[in-house]
Amino acid sequence: MAEESDFYRFTGTEGYIVSRPLVEAVNCAIALERPLLVKGEPGTGKTLLAHHIAEGLGLRMESWHIKSTSKAMEGLYVYDTLQRLNDARFGEGDVSDIRSYIKLGPVGRVFSAPKRQVLLIDEVDKADLEFPNDILRELDEMRFTVMETGDEVAAKERPLVIITSNNEKELPDAFLRRCVFHFIEFPEPDMMRKIVEVHHPNVDTTLLDQVLIKFYWLRGQPDLRKKPSTSELIDWIAALLRSGVSEEKLENHIPFLGSLLKNEQDTSALADFEERGGGMPSNWSDLGPRYNQ
Amino acid sequence: MFLDLFYGLRDEGVPVAVQEWQMFMTSLEKGLHDSNLLAFYNVAKATLIKSEAYYDAFDRVFARIFHGVEGELSANDQLSEWLSDPKTFDGLTDDQRKMIEELDADELMRRYLETLEEQDERHDGGGRWVGTGGHSPFGNGGQHPTGIRVGGHSQNRSAMKVAEDRRFQEYRTDSTLDIRNVRLALKRLRHLTREGPGDELDLDETVEETCRNAGEIEFVYRSERRNNVRLLLLMDVGGTMEPYYEPVSRLLTALHEERQLRDFKSYYFHNCVYDRLGTTADLYIKDAIPTGDILRRFDERWKVLIVGDAAMHPGELMNPRGNINPRFESETRGIDWLMRIREHFNRVVWLNPDPQSDWDRTRTAKAIREIFPMYSLSLDGIKGAVTSLVGARPSAAGITRH
Repeated sequence: MAEESDFYRFTGTEGYIVSRPLVEAVNCAIALERPLLVKGEPGTGKTLLAHHIAEGLGLRMESWHIKSTSKAMEGLYVYDTLQRLNDARFGEGDVSDIRSYIKLGPVGRVFSAPKRQVLLIDEVDKADLEFPNDILRELDEMRFTVMETGDEVAAKERPLVIITSNNEKELPDAFLRRCVFHFIEFPEPDMMRKIVEVHHPNVDTTLLDQVLIKFYWLRGQPDLRKKPSTSELIDWIAALLRSGVSEEKLENHIPFLGSLLKNEQDTSALADFEERGGGMPSNWSDLGPRYNQ
Repeated sequence: MFLDLFYGLRDEGVPVAVQEWQMFMTSLEKGLHDSNLLAFYNVAKATLIKSEAYYDAFDRVFARIFHGVEGELSANDQLSEWLSDPKTFDGLTDDQRKMIEELDADELMRRYLETLEEQDERHDGGGRWVGTGGHSPFGNGGQHPTGIRVGGHSQNRSAMKVAEDRRFQEYRTDSTLDIRNVRLALKRLRHLTREGPGDELDLDETVEETCRNAGEIEFVYRSERRNNVRLLLLMDVGGTMEPYYEPVSRLLTALHEERQLRDFKSYYFHNCVYDRLGTTADLYIKDAIPTGDILRRFDERWKVLIVGDAAMHPGELMNPRGNINPRFESETRGIDWLMRIREHFNRVVWLNPDPQSDWDRTRTAKAIREIFPMYSLSLDGIKGAVTSLVGARPSAAGITRH
């Protein structure tokens, strides 16, 4: 077991605000040499996290963006048989050397790097259901063999593996068991204020308060089919700013609803609610204890 | 106390295995918890829990077991001792490990009851966790000596407050149902086969054949892999199903959006299946088609999903002319139709929106449960139903997959 002094410890970087549980999960993954699986709603900064971990630790990063057609093999290496066949037919290149037709994928490159690196496997849930199982052994042992040549590619220093998932597919148990897991929560109002500030630096604070109260109230509705997310909030604020809506107008009505709710039933349910004269909260204290600590 | 956490989680149905427990133990040995309960909470959560669906269960168990511990970190408490020097804690003795692996139900129950008793005692102390804020070295949005910038007020709270907050209730899967979740569960509803015209280039075979052909390129095609699952949905509408409009419509929406299925058909009934099934939820008699036709039209490979509360007057199930709806009067007993459905199709499951605790109280639900495997209309239930439709069949005949 490694001595404590050997640990890389992640403490965040200048440009990225991390929550404490996340810091601890990252350090767990580093110390335990396990992959870190990060889940969370879209737009909560999962991919960005990997970049900042790499930056914070001063390590190089290799990313592997997963698509629905991705195969586990591609991450390790690709044997370009067609190129070789082509070269053989037209007498180009050194066909006798198979190695020049073996191209390492992101995983292969990280393993063969002389120094420890960060490997980001982005949106692992996009791939086939069995995909995570196919890379299990390689990630466990941090080595694989190129079948065509018999060469072994083994990591000298175990890379830090960060895997993100948008939760589009269930991940296999065996895969989960090997990971340290962290779920990035939806931003709390304070955090959200900072995020909004980045996009709309000059929003009036009282207006922003009204906007956020309506937003979190909407998100809190249990019957909502699709909850508005951060990006929808940003769009909505953009629409409000451009039309110059005053905060009084927001008191009991949500203008430009279309930019917040993307589901027909949700929109009509809210319209009914407004018609019936259902009151909307205009104070944080109306939103329940969760927002009043 | 630490095993209580383990057993407590298992008790709540959180899939924690020895592997996770060892991972947790290793991280404590390495001092990742920083002798601080909030860090301890975070480390335990990151290593033991692998889905946000179980965060809520974790919070509940953690709050129950470590209730009253915080605020006494300096006292001669088992936890504080252990936190300051985790290496003296024997982690898992061989016996304990054996116990975990065996997970004897009686033992589990006994430990559980013990925990409850202990917990009652601790309750007397009352609310010691309140007002212990300020433990955390993390200032609100400020700068910590170690250089970690933290955002948001929530960082400044104690572990117990975080746990007692139960902010992850909405991610539970045993009670909530949203379309995205349901879609996720339905993704498993598949059985991939290669069928149809060969229009996908099989690169491996092409290379192989080309080599055989002395370098003259020989293309090999194969058919695309596709989902071979055909789903037949039979749904109870009206009457006692009315209160379940929301969850059922979410399931329906998800099913209609599920484009991966090879084929999907739905028919409707009221309370039980009789001679005719409705093609629309209005159950118009002129649109109804004989159930026998449906059995003829759909072969045994169709997977059948029946959604209904299985609650009706026993006569509606057991007597001829049992149908409560006079327009659909039927000579054949409802239960006979259900048996025919079971005999005809290879896989049939029943999803019941009533709470599982009610199933044994309804005679008809009990009878129907003997015919079909029944699952609750929750995310976990849908997952179970999907597995039972396409998963390996637990049979003695040695046929494991259909």
